[in-house]
Amino acid sequence: MDTLFKNLTRFFAFFVLAILVAILLSLVYHSQLTLSKFGFGFLFVDEWDPVKEEFGALVPIYGTLVSSAIAMIIGIPVSFGIALFLTELSPNWLKRPLGTAIEMLAAIPSIIYGMWGLFVFAPLFADYVQPALIKTFGALPIFGMLFKGPAMGIGMLTAGIILAIMVIPFITAIMRDVFELVPPMLKESAYGLGATTWEVAWKIVLPYTKIGVVGGIMLGLGRALGETMAVTFVIGNAHRLSTSLLAPGNSIASSLSNEFTEAVGDLHSSALIELGLILFLITTIVLALSKLLLQQLAKQEGRKT
Amino acid sequence: MVNAIYIRRRRLNKLMLLISGATIVFGLFWLTWILATLLYQGFVALRPSLFTQMTPPPGSDGGLLNAIAGSFMMAATGTIIGTPVGILAGTYLAEFGRRGWLAPATRFINDILLSAPSIVIGLLVYSVYVSQVKHFSGWGGALALALIVIPVVVRTTDDMLKLVPDSLREAAFALGAPYWKMIVFVSYPAAKAGMITGILLAVARISGETAPLLFTSLNNQFWSTDMNAPMANLPVVIFQFAMSPYEDWQRLAWGGAILITFGVLALNIAARLVSRGKN
Repeated sequence: MDTLFKNLTRFFAFFVLAILVAILLSLVYHSQLTLSKFGFGFLFVDEWDPVKEEFGALVPIYGTLVSSAIAMIIGIPVSFGIALFLTELSPNWLKRPLGTAIEMLAAIPSIIYGMWGLFVFAPLFADYVQPALIKTFGALPIFGMLFKGPAMGIGMLTAGIILAIMVIPFITAIMRDVFELVPPMLKESAYGLGATTWEVAWKIVLPYTKIGVVGGIMLGLGRALGETMAVTFVIGNAHRLSTSLLAPGNSIASSLSNEFTEAVGDLHSSALIELGLILFLITTIVLALSKLLLQQLAKQEGRKT
Repeated sequence: MVNAIYIRRRRLNKLMLLISGATIVFGLFWLTWILATLLYQGFVALRPSLFTQMTPPPGSDGGLLNAIAGSFMMAATGTIIGTPVGILAGTYLAEFGRRGWLAPATRFINDILLSAPSIVIGLLVYSVYVSQVKHFSGWGGALALALIVIPVVVRTTDDMLKLVPDSLREAAFALGAPYWKMIVFVSYPAAKAGMITGILLAVARISGETAPLLFTSLNNQFWSTDMNAPMANLPVVIFQFAMSPYEDWQRLAWGGAILITFGVLALNIAARLVSRGKN
């Protein structure tokens, strides 16, 4: 009985490992067709034509990276601000309700973000914000290329902003956790020397928790890269490479959700599965890095995670 | 003595703290905006017919009954499959895995799976199950959801069991209990609240999942409780109806959206209450 129980639990622990391996193997197996036909070139071709059976992953990869990058540019400072507020500034009685409210942002299903983005946010964005962006930045050399074209509401920038809102709770949660790890002695000695709250946060807390903060950012990035439904609604689903952030684009996850069930022919579905494989590899590497960094911090603390 | 540097530092501090306060307002602003939109759009759609009629063809009135039932069945099946697997694997990590390579490796992989894109899970189930039996089915959807439940439950079970003091375990051993009895009758009850929290969170997570269901259960316009056939479910119905140009469908999509969101938020809050009740 005892060995039975132990082996049962061990079997399922193996099973969890096996899930990851199974994902990898099945994705590789089912994308053989395009893997062998296009090889590495798949990554750098911007063609995507199911009729002519020409496939390349450049546009969705570009869209995924750019929308996630926008999300990070907005999400990181905001998360830092929120974490700072919740750990250092907020009165105690406010901490829990505010913290819970921010965590609720993570609980809202991504499809809701998508619907809201498409029906509520995008029209307002197109009417008020985008024309202003085009007017202010569109004329600048080089930088202006990012803000060209008609204000359609949907597009990479919109997707990036919505992704930012979605990853804020994840990054904030990790930042809060690691900020709490800073020994009070360290902070108080800085205050004792006359440092302001901001100086303590920027010059004591942040350097001390650097690794953990980067780990949290990586976690958020992993989430942003793989986010599907919200992006599908607002990115515009156009297989076109464009320098403008206002133009519609496509991400890996949104190509999959839009085309997979309607894929015509084996080559098309194989190409889509290969996209999934690329996405899986990117997110796994990012998440593994995040985990390693957080473990590093925990080790410095002399505690086990 | 008030000098220029001092004033500048003070100003910078004020400015930054103000920005910090602004960021939290920024975060709350989106939350309220989204919830307000849902309430505003969803209340129009919340009618009794939503719960009594099937999803309609475009241009006519209807409800979401088959989608609600399908969602419920798949989420329940997914939870029932995923929870025992997750609990047992988590038990191994916390109770048996103090030595050796398997526990740290599993813990690491599990954390990656926890944040892995759910659409990839959908692809996995599609390629190993759906494409083999050659039709979309409720079982496929439930399987995909189970795979999402597992990492969440593993994580919380592991964390909660590790909080159980070793002295409790030693006391059970001293009374001559075998390992499995110690775990089932001492560790589990001690960690119960936390484990239930984990399961509730997992249910909340899968209730709103759309991406993995697109490739597995797909959708079904009619009433069906056959797990072996394509099955309607709220998230996919919301997706299809919201993307459609028909006003009736969009209204129904908002109705579904308000149901899901407040259901998921309620589950989250319930999970928090359970875990707080313990402390």
